Amino acid sequence: MIRVVNLHKGFRGQQVLKGVNLEFATGKITTIVGTSGCGKTVLLRHLNALLRPDEGEVFVDSVDIVKLPQKELYEIRAKFGVLFQGAALLDSMTVFDNVAFPLREKTESTATEIKKKVEERLEQVGLGEMGGKLPAELSGGMKKRAGLARALIMDPEIVLFDEPTTGLDPILASSIHQLIARMHATFGFTGVLISHTIPQVFDISDYVAMLANGVIEELSPPKTFRASQNPVVQQFIQGKTEGPIHVL
Amino acid sequence: MLSLLGRIGRYATEQIAGMGRMFSFLMSAIFLAFRRPAKIYLIIHHIKTIGVESLSVVALSGFFTGMVMGFQGYYSLRKFNAESWLGSATALGLLRELGPVLSAFMVTGRTGSAMAAELGTMRATEQIDALDSMAINPVKYLVSPRVIASLLAMPLLTAIFDVIGIFGSYVVGVSLLGVSSGSFFAGMENSIVFHDVYSGFVKSLSFGLIITWICCYKGFYAPPMATGVSQATTESVVLSFVLILVWDYFLTSIML
Ligand SMILES: Nc1ncnc2c1ncn2[C@@H]1O[C@H](COP(=O)(O)OP(=O)(O)OP(=O)(O)O)[C@@H](O)[C@H]1O
Ligand SMILES: [Mg+2]
Repeated sequence: MIRVVNLHKGFRGQQVLKGVNLEFATGKITTIVGTSGCGKTVLLRHLNALLRPDEGEVFVDSVDIVKLPQKELYEIRAKFGVLFQGAALLDSMTVFDNVAFPLREKTESTATEIKKKVEERLEQVGLGEMGGKLPAELSGGMKKRAGLARALIMDPEIVLFDEPTTGLDPILASSIHQLIARMHATFGFTGVLISHTIPQVFDISDYVAMLANGVIEELSPPKTFRASQNPVVQQFIQGKTEGPIHVL
Repeated sequence: MLSLLGRIGRYATEQIAGMGRMFSFLMSAIFLAFRRPAKIYLIIHHIKTIGVESLSVVALSGFFTGMVMGFQGYYSLRKFNAESWLGSATALGLLRELGPVLSAFMVTGRTGSAMAAELGTMRATEQIDALDSMAINPVKYLVSPRVIASLLAMPLLTAIFDVIGIFGSYVVGVSLLGVSSGSFFAGMENSIVFHDVYSGFVKSLSFGLIITWICCYKGFYAPPMATGVSQATTESVVLSFVLILVWDYFLTSIML
């Protein structure tokens, strides 16, 4: 279980998170939604301590990771798979090597085991033929999928997805959703997902959390979320420019 | 007045904190290089990049430096009727001073700047964060192998520079200006002692360390944008040049 308590984070005078309290249920998928620039990525980066908060705690399996020394932090991080918003593939290696990278660095697997597993994952994200290409030779959506394959290669307990479907066509987006759901059914990881693909993403989410104005405005199962009377949620779902959220 | 003092104070603390960060960056890179698992294949890869990238430019600049030293040495030595010492004079200059310094400059320009740009880009595109989130220490993975590789490659490149430089001055001195080949080499053999070679070796080692240290640091902490990367690249080259010369002065003064 991941629990975020009273998280504050600012950058040079701009207060982004102003006291976030949130629990991610073990084995469930929680989707974080919110306007662009509201701090979703910043929140996600606190969950595996890529960013350190100004104030507040982050518990992963009841260990506070905020002030953890590096060795213990790396043990915790080994439980995570992360898909970055920009995929963050290592651009000096091929797609195959990128996906194989965590296995080579972190496990004792033999070359044949690695090859089998990586090819299987690449197949699942629809990149079966693309293993030999360099990241720079891929389209944005293909990079996303390669990043997804890398995030899932270690069968992690917790997976953080930063916008897995942004920039994909609708068909590919739903096939990625199905892939996440299928993987989730198989491995039962705890999923944290940031997504703008609304409402489709609700189908694979167990909970939806709405981040606005630096705090969590709502956390509930998708059905309840859509019916929520909270004006912030309603404005967001209906995409209105008038309301409690100020964008421009 | 008070605000001026405050600003000076803040500037000073920032600079000192920056130096501290740079120093601890180097220390952790060296410390992590000795932690298992050793990344031998990465070290070999970087030796290859540093060596292969810089070899031609080091050889070329060594040859021309040697030829220039042939002319200049001949010109000054002739004033004392000591042309026969040309071999010894150029070899001393190259081994002790010009070889290490100039090949370090060449490596900075050719490889160091590329290191800064590469790491800076990796920072900007979150590749460094990706490594970190995969529980792979980015300093150990990206910086330590480069440090070790430069420690191994730099003395070799310097040696190549020295040899080609001596050959260059031989071409000019003996073939062009008519110094006798025998005295060119005899003078060299008589006047060069092990300490000369040794001090050049120590210099090239420490310059190799300075180059990777500065260039990796600047790239590693480059602001995540195009201008940040280009600025980091420029800064890393300039700072490496300056530090090489300053450190060269200290080494020369204690090892003379
Ligand atoms: N390293 C940083 N330095 C300074 N400001 C930052 C940094 N990272 C994020 N911010 C600021 O924090 C705010 C939230 O950024 P974040 O990336 O979390 O947005 P987001 O909710 O993920 O948006 P999107 O949906 O567009 O990805 C932005 O205003 C951004 O300018
Ligand atoms: Mg984001």
